[in-house]
Amino acid sequence: MSKESEKMPTLTIDGMPVEVPEGTTVLQAARQADVKIPTLCYLEDVQSIGACRVCLVEVEGARTLVASCSQPATDGMVVKTNTGRVREARRTVLELLLSEHDGNCQVCSRSADCELRSLADELGIGDLRYEGEKTLKIIDESTPALIRDTGKCIACRRCVTVCNEVQEVGGLFAQGRGFTTLIGPAFAQNLSDVVCVQCGQCAAVCPVGAITERSDIDRVWAALDDPTKTVIVQTAPAIRAALGECFDYPPGTLVTGKMVAALRRIGFDAVFDTDFTADLTIMEEGTELLGRLKKALVDGEEVALPQFSSCSPGWINYMEHFNPDMLANLSTCKSPQQMFGAVAKTYYAEKIGVKPEDMVVVSIMPCTAKKFEAARPEMNDSGVQDVDIVLTTRELGSLIKQAGIDFRSLPDEKMDAPLGISTGAADIFANTGGVMEAALRTAWAIVTDSKPFPFPDLHVEPIAGLEGVKTASVKVDGAVGDWAFLDGAELKVAVAHGLGNAQKVIDQIRNGEAEYHFVEVMTCPGGCIGGGGQPRLTTNEVRRKRIEAIYREDEGRELRQSHENPAVCALYEEYLGAPCGEISHDLLHTHYFEHDCV
Amino acid sequence: MAEAVNQCAGCTEEATEEELLERLDAVITEYKGKPGALIPVLQLAQGIFGYLPEVALKHIARQLDKPYSEVAGVVSFYSFFTTVPRGKHLIRICLGTACYVRGGVQVLDALKKELDIDIGGTTEDRMFSLEIGRCFGACGLAPVIMVDEDVHHRVKPKRINDILAQYAGEPVLAGADGGNGRSAAERLAEPVAGSERSV
Repeated sequence: MSKESEKMPTLTIDGMPVEVPEGTTVLQAARQADVKIPTLCYLEDVQSIGACRVCLVEVEGARTLVASCSQPATDGMVVKTNTGRVREARRTVLELLLSEHDGNCQVCSRSADCELRSLADELGIGDLRYEGEKTLKIIDESTPALIRDTGKCIACRRCVTVCNEVQEVGGLFAQGRGFTTLIGPAFAQNLSDVVCVQCGQCAAVCPVGAITERSDIDRVWAALDDPTKTVIVQTAPAIRAALGECFDYPPGTLVTGKMVAALRRIGFDAVFDTDFTADLTIMEEGTELLGRLKKALVDGEEVALPQFSSCSPGWINYMEHFNPDMLANLSTCKSPQQMFGAVAKTYYAEKIGVKPEDMVVVSIMPCTAKKFEAARPEMNDSGVQDVDIVLTTRELGSLIKQAGIDFRSLPDEKMDAPLGISTGAADIFANTGGVMEAALRTAWAIVTDSKPFPFPDLHVEPIAGLEGVKTASVKVDGAVGDWAFLDGAELKVAVAHGLGNAQKVIDQIRNGEAEYHFVEVMTCPGGCIGGGGQPRLTTNEVRRKRIEAIYREDEGRELRQSHENPAVCALYEEYLGAPCGEISHDLLHTHYFEHDCV
Repeated sequence: MAEAVNQCAGCTEEATEEELLERLDAVITEYKGKPGALIPVLQLAQGIFGYLPEVALKHIARQLDKPYSEVAGVVSFYSFFTTVPRGKHLIRICLGTACYVRGGVQVLDALKKELDIDIGGTTEDRMFSLEIGRCFGACGLAPVIMVDEDVHHRVKPKRINDILAQYAGEPVLAGADGGNGRSAAERLAEPVAGSERSV
């Protein structure tokens, strides 16, 4: 190769020279030079297909304007992003999109963060020059989690790309052609009839109000207004690192204390923490894993290994749809949300003398699939539905605003006891690698009778970060008592986030290319901090900041291992007996079903 | 490939769904794993079934390991594909630019009137279905209609009856120009035959 070709391409953007790595697009080069080019369909690290035509720029020597998101930057290229021709073209493109958009902006749930609307504002579109036929409006309210409104869809295809290429679910695709193109399931079916896992990544990337979570805010108000009900709330670990974004805090701001204060002012009878049942999950799931290993290695029994984590309901749906032959590998543990509901309506309800039917359990989750999970008919081991209402982080933001609370001026308050007591191991359930790390912390302590953890500061470095599939190998050194059989054993673990990555691990296991004992899967890229119910827009940079915040929360704790949680210990002593015991089995474990649809 | 395409709706009347799926499986086996397999498999499946029923599409999605939404997306993108059963003979009228300006719409109106069906419809005796096509690549011979695999060009409304008469009551595979076994493209490349030039 000559020296010439190794040189980084240098192009000129609006008169400024910009040197960029080979393979950079004009859009990326412009961003590097702090030149803002508007986009609608572009999605960093995921999609740059030039579909929306909003990112048009002028390139010297090119016959037409080019879409900067899909145009490679080449050496000597001269780009102009702000000429009359460019401005007029962008405006026209947007005006045409608006002419067919059945938006109803005044009452659209996206009015505050709609990318189409804010772009119309940025481009100075004051009135609509074109009156056109509207996009066909089909409203799909078939699932507990998501609502689709095709009238608002601008066919940017972000959801299609995320559903097919990131999650590899393939529930959504462009149907038809031309003006009548509809983005949705096959032949305009409802989401409930297809392989949709309800993860809500489509809703998280939708620039407009075409796919959103089903709002359950009014149901929460109705419960709070009902004097016969005791209404308690649990908040998932991922909320505290993202809720601030609903109130203009930068990504990665921890707002745990303000969140608790807000929930108390809204009127919940007790403010609890899903962290509590995350710690409980570690006790159950860790014990289950050790039990499976004992059966396989000591008793020589047939047992499904590796064990897959079961906290993420989109992942459960995915397994039920796509890998039903491996359902036995899923941990039978309910997710922390569902464990919370079951414990709240039995143990806690008895403690405070309230009948389970008079208690309403509200969850705040970073997730849309949690709405589906709470509604699963088998999730009623307390005698009634264990979790009644699930709100996403975004809905909690709205709930706080509806209550007229000035979030930023709230004091920091603490969660209530006993179901609000937790450890740092539970915090990290929010991010990819966290469940595994929490499990390893406790499993190590149980097996070795609390010998020093083999990773510095309790962090299992190899499984941290945003790599799609991460693996680690832990050599057991100093196993004692019942677990002496594990001494010297190599415990192999894998961590995947995003269902496409999870399928890669499954394929490895099927093909015999890899052998693991325990696999953690989180449905959404980055884990729950990047969930389908989190504030928009979640880029990798935002994911990293939220993860950093979660680790700060963990590191600031006195107790950082689940088995040290005093409230969990008390729960076992007073009520459950031993982990994976009979009562645990009834209350905290579940079973899975094969789904047959394409 | 041409062989299966030529097996239109009429010749499948005797075959059971199971037999048709077996024939589909043979097609899938041939194409599985090859890039761009979906479209030829759909084309051949339509030849086998006469149209693309749900059972065939779901089978194709499973066997080719493609999302059903994608299969449906491709089927609904191309006007060639149909998910409703067609009559014994499929009439496709070109309304591309050249055919349109040379009187395609009048021919369409005449067809609709003669057959007493609308676009996408099938006659009561299940003999004919009528669909719109976009450019068969015979613009110089506009306006053009295709009946099954046969191309008829320079069509005038008053000639419609003569053209239809060639098909009424005839076996499906006996095309007017006897072109069995060749693709539409091959026939289009041939010198004008089967239908007189009229001015």
